[in-house]
Amino acid sequence: MLALVDGNNFYVSCERAFRPALKNRPVVVLSNNDGCAIARSNEAKALGIRMGAPWFECRQLAEEHDVVALSANFVLYGDMSDRMMSVAAGLGPGQEIYSIDESFIDMTGVSGDLTDRARRVRERVLQWTGIPTGIGIAGTKTLAKLANHVAKSADRKPGSYPAELALVCNLARLPAADLDAVLQATAVGEVWGVGRRIADQLKEGGVLTVLDLVRMDPATVRRRWSVVLERTVRELQGQQCISVEDQPAPKKEIAFTRSFGGAVTELADLVAAVTRFASGAAIKLRVQGSKAGQLQVFAHTSAFRPGPKYSRSLIIPLRRPTADTVELVSAAVRGIEAIYRPGFNFAKAGVMLLDLQDGGIEQGELDLEPEPEARSHLMGTLDKLNDRYGRGTISLASAGMKGPKRNFEMTQNLLTPQYTTCWADLPVARA
Amino acid sequence: MPLPWVQGTVPAGFPSPAADFAVKRHDLNELLITHPAATFMWQARGLSMIDLGVADGDVLVVNRALTPKHGDIVVAEVNGDFTVKQLYKRGGVIKLVSGNSTFPPMLFRDGQTMTICGVVTATIKRFR
Repeated sequence: MLALVDGNNFYVSCERAFRPALKNRPVVVLSNNDGCAIARSNEAKALGIRMGAPWFECRQLAEEHDVVALSANFVLYGDMSDRMMSVAAGLGPGQEIYSIDESFIDMTGVSGDLTDRARRVRERVLQWTGIPTGIGIAGTKTLAKLANHVAKSADRKPGSYPAELALVCNLARLPAADLDAVLQATAVGEVWGVGRRIADQLKEGGVLTVLDLVRMDPATVRRRWSVVLERTVRELQGQQCISVEDQPAPKKEIAFTRSFGGAVTELADLVAAVTRFASGAAIKLRVQGSKAGQLQVFAHTSAFRPGPKYSRSLIIPLRRPTADTVELVSAAVRGIEAIYRPGFNFAKAGVMLLDLQDGGIEQGELDLEPEPEARSHLMGTLDKLNDRYGRGTISLASAGMKGPKRNFEMTQNLLTPQYTTCWADLPVARA
Repeated sequence: MPLPWVQGTVPAGFPSPAADFAVKRHDLNELLITHPAATFMWQARGLSMIDLGVADGDVLVVNRALTPKHGDIVVAEVNGDFTVKQLYKRGGVIKLVSGNSTFPPMLFRDGQTMTICGVVTATIKRFR
């Protein structure tokens, strides 16, 4: 049996844990540069603020209804996620952390009443961390996702599903007729792995509800759609096709990209920005113990703002696979210097590390060029210093100095304090 | 006569008599935090708890995993704010009591909500 534990409106719940005055008020959390709504409280959802809605479009509605908008505080969300995950892990012997607010729990071998156990774990996550969650239990990942959707909808929209399925929903325990009713009450578009395009195609073919989809013949689905949708149908029918991954596979590529806070026109600013991106990506690379064979760097103007448009990306093969910040940054800087054209307002840039390989493997060379001085010790020291004294304590000089805000830095005008990770930001209790 | 060359290092001096007794140094986390996932810090502001040992500016170590009982010092949510008080829970009466006679206890009428966030298990007080 599998469970999916998912934090309700996770970013909003993290904010509310430290600002109780936000409870029962409409709250939205905005993406980097305060662009789009990436999390909404139930009250904000009820006002019709869509996921991903650009903030300038909602501003008037927000003012009328006194909506609180906050800049995404990923330092806080990351710490709260870690706490939530470690308590949720008590549900069973295996855990796959699927995203910042979701984890699959393998409940194989857990004895006793699973629904009851899930209710107790849900209560514990709420009491220990302040984060409300929904838990879905079923035989496959796709069904557990669906069960989670039912658990949350039954809570948020009374009447959408039977009330006893709210908060914790165990589909495996439902009598067949009740399960069919739940599947019939759910649109195909809600199924994990069914995107909007496929959902539209299914609807055209008369497949409207999850029950319609479950009753399809997998072979037909494969013929008319794809192997991927076939796998989804099999999973919905209870046949496990996607396993729980305890150990996440090392990433095949690492990206570090940002939209700029303001328009960037100078090469020096772009160089500073890609230096920071490449340095950040290099840390991620070393954390997973890999080396990169190639580096991609890109920069482009905004698709929305007026002015001349320009977009360019370059792949730079590295001399030998490396995890060395200095080598990665110099490749990124060479790339951005080649890309740069004056007269454009750059809105976004990024660095991608590609062709990743195990850091332990070294390719011997029939080359007379001397090996570069081993810098892995230096890189280890760099990571330790930045870990202990804060990101950016030691960086390459081309990253630019700390100090007055640069154009390429993010706008986070509505940022809340880092309550759980910064001593200066402790929440206050009145005595 | 050629002598065999032995490669390796020979430690000079006396071995430390404490080497066999090496243990971990005092770790404050061990003393103060029993449930890491459920432990949060607040900072106290005000004088209402001074007689119970909570001074203005103290850092409060709050464990959310413990069930609050009568006499515990707790961080609670009242009217959208956090407050640190002593929990009184006797004979069906629940109130938050101050540790300073000039501050009256906080009572709760029907419809008013008070949520206990966690139990204060320690305060961290720095003198310089």
